Amino acid sequence: MRTLLEARSVTKVFGGGVFERSSTVALENFSLAIDADRPSIIAVVGESGSGKTTLARLLLGLTAPTSGHVLYEGQDLQQMSRERRRKFRRDIQVIFQDPYGVYNPFYRVDHVLATPVAKFGLARSRAAARTLIDEVLRDVGLRPEETLGRFPHQLSGGQRQRVMVARALLLRPRVILADEPVSMVDASLRATILGSLSAMHRERGISIIYITHDLATAYQISDTIVVLYGGAVAEVGDVELVVKQPQHPYTRLLLSSIPLATTARTWMSEFATVASSADTETGCKFAARCPSVEKVCRETAPPLFKTHAARAVACYLYRDAPTLDADAIGSVLTASAAASPPASQTIQPTRSRP
Amino acid sequence: MRDLCVHYDTPLGAVKAADHVTFGLRAGERLGIAGESGSGKSTMALAILRMIKPPGRIAAGEVKLDGVDLMTLSDEEMRRVRLDRIALIPQGSMNALNPVIRIKEQIADALRDHRVRMSARETETRVRELLESVGLRAEVADMFPHELSGGMKRRACIAVAISLWPRVIIADEPTSALDVVVQKQVMETLARVQENLGASVILVGHDMGLMAQFVDRLGVMYAGKLIEVSPVREIFTRPLHPYTRMLIASLPSLEQKGTFRGIPGLIPLLRDLPPGCAFHPRCPQAFDRCLTEEPALLEKHPGGWAACHLT
Amino acid sequence: MSYLRRNPSLVVGIVLLSALLLFVVIGHFVVDTSKSRPLSAPAVRAPSAAHPFGTDRQGRDLFAAMVAGTPLTLRIGFIAGFLGVGIGAMLGFVSAYYRGTLDAVIRGVVDIGLTVPGLLVLIIIAVSLRRGLTVDQMAIIVASLAWLNPARTIRAQVLSMRERGYVEVARLSGMSGPEIIVKELMPNLLPYLAATLVNSVSAAILASIGLEVLGLGPIDSPTLGMTLYWVNFNAALINGWWWWWAAPIVIILVVFLGLFFLTVGLDEIANPRLRRAI
Repeated sequence: MRTLLEARSVTKVFGGGVFERSSTVALENFSLAIDADRPSIIAVVGESGSGKTTLARLLLGLTAPTSGHVLYEGQDLQQMSRERRRKFRRDIQVIFQDPYGVYNPFYRVDHVLATPVAKFGLARSRAAARTLIDEVLRDVGLRPEETLGRFPHQLSGGQRQRVMVARALLLRPRVILADEPVSMVDASLRATILGSLSAMHRERGISIIYITHDLATAYQISDTIVVLYGGAVAEVGDVELVVKQPQHPYTRLLLSSIPLATTARTWMSEFATVASSADTETGCKFAARCPSVEKVCRETAPPLFKTHAARAVACYLYRDAPTLDADAIGSVLTASAAASPPASQTIQPTRSRP
Repeated sequence: MRDLCVHYDTPLGAVKAADHVTFGLRAGERLGIAGESGSGKSTMALAILRMIKPPGRIAAGEVKLDGVDLMTLSDEEMRRVRLDRIALIPQGSMNALNPVIRIKEQIADALRDHRVRMSARETETRVRELLESVGLRAEVADMFPHELSGGMKRRACIAVAISLWPRVIIADEPTSALDVVVQKQVMETLARVQENLGASVILVGHDMGLMAQFVDRLGVMYAGKLIEVSPVREIFTRPLHPYTRMLIASLPSLEQKGTFRGIPGLIPLLRDLPPGCAFHPRCPQAFDRCLTEEPALLEKHPGGWAACHLT
Repeated sequence: MSYLRRNPSLVVGIVLLSALLLFVVIGHFVVDTSKSRPLSAPAVRAPSAAHPFGTDRQGRDLFAAMVAGTPLTLRIGFIAGFLGVGIGAMLGFVSAYYRGTLDAVIRGVVDIGLTVPGLLVLIIIAVSLRRGLTVDQMAIIVASLAWLNPARTIRAQVLSMRERGYVEVARLSGMSGPEIIVKELMPNLLPYLAATLVNSVSAAILASIGLEVLGLGPIDSPTLGMTLYWVNFNAALINGWWWWWAAPIVIILVVFLGLFFLTVGLDEIANPRLRRAI
């Protein structure tokens, strides 16, 4: 497998400098790889504080990892030549969460589209640039004549977010990193934006890293999923497997917490566990909230156990399965559900000994 | 608690942020008001409490609580009704707490403000009781808001809101910006508190999932108007209004990976509403009558009200 | 136009400063400014038809001195203000945008600089350069400290702005650092920069008048501050020659009030949140 974008054992620690007493581990020993030849949609799911925003910034090269490497076509982002860096900037595009803050209020919306055209020399003439911009706007379902020439506040949140999708498309990227692209958009427009993302993947072979706190939209759009908790991978694998048969207690908690839009009321029946402040320094991050916590969980953090060809889970409940090195997560992500053995062969949780 | 009826329109300049909204609320009922941004749902919530700030104003209508029209009360009487009878859990309620005052002082202030005579010890006990009822430890009383997490702050706000045993709790997006797990805890707290008090709850929000799981009856707002009010089970199985139907269809489910069915078109601007039914430009079933005649909210089947010419 | 009605401070500021400008321009036509030199009029005369503002002890016509001196004082203020904000803005932008060591150094210098009493430093500089000081040199002396405050406040503004989404989008669109500063950050800070500029100008005028009253100004020029120096030198207050100090004081008052209202008005444009709906 040729990797396009790869995070290799990346750790990011905030604080902990000479003048600061405490430090926070935002992301710990995280690995992720995107295949250059087989475009995919990977969802990274986590709550606030799970490290998902840090991950996005690391993958974009907006911040440097404390240890480990972020590689683009095998080259470390931090040691790239100017020219390679420009190519990287073009190939990896982003859609941010906030469709308001990403616009400079001083300019018309044209500015965010015209700037990359000028900076990356995408068009030879003004007319060519205009044609190009019109084209991408139509691709995301916007009418150029109703969009261009307006100021950001004159467009709705959904329109603004679609202009950002158009901006990303303009550069013909190979990867689009979407950081909570629909969480600030009205419900009736969410599906439309996710639809354009999905179409970009299908029609243009663009890989998408979809970062979200919402398992339901993640399930809708992605092939594979990474569940983050406290800066570490809790569960990773094929999205059908992870969502339909969650293995990690945290994934189960997340799934049971989603208020489903059905009249079958299951939501209030069981009480969610309350987080306790007794965090373990070395053990499993989830130990304090876990209903099936064991002694070992508080002592050493569990490694990833490969419970299926297309999934792995960081939980001692599955200690019978072979362990998986963190930097081999890519192998799980690329093994698609179709190619993997049927679900009956998946390893069931080991009952904990009394 | 008899039926609570809201009847008003609020021109914001010439903008009708909420236009002739009418509904009743039964004792102990959980009513949901769902709508997208700009649908007028928060305006409506604030109007019940007469908390609309200029340039907005309540142009007409009445809000009756136990037969008393709140709109005719003096400002001082109204101030007493707030918190005492109707409590609001405001949007972004984590910012509603004063950052430099301990939680217990904030609750005690609310009690004192409404002339509840209590000794220091009684107040202390009441504060502890309140915190306990929202699932917070007693030590929280001595903490400052910044020492609490987002979910704990929301629960502290609920504690303030219920401190005077209100009859109606209005919760405006009480869980926005919270993680799903914490959201669930906050909603469970709200449900438990409501049951203990026997109060009614008006839950204002945009999350149809939350509505489906929490409320008994659901009203859907679009462009400042209530377009459907039905028992929640009915609304999700037999939605009467095309907007409701499309909104439900656009929600992601965990059942099957599907195609993305968004609602085409845009939410209209309140100052530039289309003639006839405000939803007609986006409605796949619109016909001639929808373009010219505005549908009224009518009872289509027992308990199910909708504003649509189709049904 | 309708905006000006909602921003009365801006109007008052503009009116006051325009009136002052009008006074200077018309004054140049009405009076011969060479009369602002000593021995061009009879000494110590109260205001009369011939000398509307009176004359001083050295035989200057005070009307001519005001007409000639007001633009000189404003000139010092504007040169020092522009230099101060120009240098301060540059350092502020660079410091806040690039952070790192450069930021630490600039911040350190500014913090230390601001704790030292400004007038003291200016006095030391002026004393050591005393011989043959011109109006422009005066402006540069004042400017030497005028950049500290703008550097600090602009740095703070940029720090909060650089975290905005559009700065990151610009970076991802291939813009370079200096380009982002000029094209993305600067336009949004324009009203703020204008307010800072007006502030700096008034601070510079105040500083220059302070130096001049102490006798450290351009001795040959009839600036407002130097006139006050002569008032003091000749004990005009005790001698009851009220017209001597009245004219410069009134003009200085108009200058500061005008600039003050202008800042308040510009501030309202820069921070619309201050707009209160009453």
